[in-house]
Amino acid sequence: MFYRENGQFKTSYQADQQIFPIPQDRWVILGIVAFAFFGIPLLVDEYLFRAILIPFLILSLAALGVNILVGYCGQITLGAGAFMAVGAYAAYNFLIRVSGMPMLGAILLGGITAALVGIVFGIPSLRVRGLYLAVATLAAQFFWDWAFLRVKWFTNDASSGSVSVANLQLFNWSIESPTDKYLFCLGILVVLGLMAKNLVRGSIGRQWMAIRDMDVAATVIGIRPLYAKLSAFAVSSFYVGVAGGLWGFVHLGSWEPAAFSIDRSFQLLFMVIIGGMGSIVGSFFGAAFIVILPIFLNQMLPLVGGLFGLEVSIALVSHVEIMIFGALIIFFLIVEPHGIARLWSTAREKLRLWPFPH
Amino acid sequence: MSFFLETLLGGLMSGMLYSLVALGFVLIYKASGVFNFAQGAMVLFAALSMARFSEWIPQWLGMDNLFMANLLAFAISVVVMFTVAWLVERLVLRHLVNQEGATLLMATLGIAYFLDGVGQTIFGSDIYKIDVGMPKEPVMMLENIFEGGILINKEDFVAAFISALLVVALSIFFQKTATGRALRAVADDHQAAQSIGIPLDRIWVIVWCVAGITALVAGIIWGSKLGAQFSLSTVALRALPVVILGGLTSVPGAIIGGLIIGVGEKISEVYLGPMVGGGIEIWFAYMLALMFLLFRPQGLFGEKIIDRV
Repeated sequence: MFYRENGQFKTSYQADQQIFPIPQDRWVILGIVAFAFFGIPLLVDEYLFRAILIPFLILSLAALGVNILVGYCGQITLGAGAFMAVGAYAAYNFLIRVSGMPMLGAILLGGITAALVGIVFGIPSLRVRGLYLAVATLAAQFFWDWAFLRVKWFTNDASSGSVSVANLQLFNWSIESPTDKYLFCLGILVVLGLMAKNLVRGSIGRQWMAIRDMDVAATVIGIRPLYAKLSAFAVSSFYVGVAGGLWGFVHLGSWEPAAFSIDRSFQLLFMVIIGGMGSIVGSFFGAAFIVILPIFLNQMLPLVGGLFGLEVSIALVSHVEIMIFGALIIFFLIVEPHGIARLWSTAREKLRLWPFPH
Repeated sequence: MSFFLETLLGGLMSGMLYSLVALGFVLIYKASGVFNFAQGAMVLFAALSMARFSEWIPQWLGMDNLFMANLLAFAISVVVMFTVAWLVERLVLRHLVNQEGATLLMATLGIAYFLDGVGQTIFGSDIYKIDVGMPKEPVMMLENIFEGGILINKEDFVAAFISALLVVALSIFFQKTATGRALRAVADDHQAAQSIGIPLDRIWVIVWCVAGITALVAGIIWGSKLGAQFSLSTVALRALPVVILGGLTSVPGAIIGGLIIGVGEKISEVYLGPMVGGGIEIWFAYMLALMFLLFRPQGLFGEKIIDRV
């Protein structure tokens, strides 16, 4: 009833091609962003920031990056965790080795380093495809896992690769409290998210999608696979690297290579598949789902066990947790293989016609 | 020289063990086009089931015969793996026919999480011992040829022998039996196989059963080496480079890939490792596989990938 676009006539090409051509969408999104900036810090307590909101923001940034590569360019990667690690450790090195390096600069340089590394590890994609490539990207994962554990230079001679960062500052704003951290991550996410949206609907995004859909055909119509694939690897790794920097600097504070293990890579890929491949908004849905689900299960299982009078040990909870996690993933893939983003667009179509069925 | 030979033989034998896990990947990929990430979880699940049942059965039946206990545990584990295979087909694969590769990959990852969780919930999460009477003591070989001879782990030798036996049995099964022919037909072309009356869903159950058995054998061998514990599920990650090196669709590829990776890993670890700080086994295998892939993108023995627009 309220979500109609009839009567809204566009008079210019620009108006027709904007990100949210329907004003209702535009206002809702702006409202959500404004609420995220001004409303949530007033409403939410510290635990929620630390356990859910900050991880959600950072991981959705990483999921955005993975989605660019997997969802838009069609190159399956199982090594995203490694690029997070590269971003985090590169940012750490820039911060401590270059005197007077601002924190934001270090994180962005970490992202750029990750992009360069991503290009190198993207080179096999020019030759190897599909599942072979997916397994080949694991090479990146294991190589960097090893490198940050064993090569002392990367971690400033820290034992077992654990490093820490303190006193985060952006200009004169000292990022100490969870609210500050949240706002900082949100700011970066909004800027980079907007950039991603614009990239994928621009010329380069269309090249990626053409490569994804059929790379031989894309080559025939004059798209250079070398440029398209490597640029997708670079942009994706940049996002993932920045997210890695944030994860280390802002969320963890001190970390070791295990924070970016292969499980992280799987987790990011889960986010993309469950959220919706080739959809920007899907990355956010996927990240929310994967971040909240384990916390929810963790809280719920002892309660449910208590209802039946069962004493649930911590070990049992963690086993049942991964069991239900796995089952839910499968269930979700069966019910909606195109991800939450598809549910979202179906809901919008329905809403357009509501209250009429057709 | 004898040290080099020792390394080489050690590599060959661990290579055989990798091929055993890799075989499971290849079987399922050939027949259903699913890249089964749950193979490692299946190995763990089978090993746990074997270890725990061989421990429980003497308690239940009050007997003291190790051989009978192992035999019964093996039989029960086979049934367990068949049930897993049937459930996977029934509850997961059947609903995901014709989905994209990435979705199927993720579904098998979901199965892997589920099996890890179920296995440790039912069977417990400690390290359990599998004792099938594998000889543990090392032996010296070729003492009259080299000074000092070569030290060989008898256990590895037996394991390699069993793997080889399994491979031969599988090859015969694939080449000579009617079911094996049906499996190969499905692998070649799903639709064509269906049109001549081969029931796809039954074939898939059979393939997952066969993969379950290889997982069980791999689980028993790895489990009696390292103990049945959670880290067994990471064995699959060690076996992945083997699969892509040999080619996803080739059984001999899994064997030869396993041998190449096993030898490459051992030699690199012994001769290259000390220079860079050690522990390079795991990524070196991937790099090695990647090097081969750059020249043959479909793996050494994989079917050539042909693109049509």
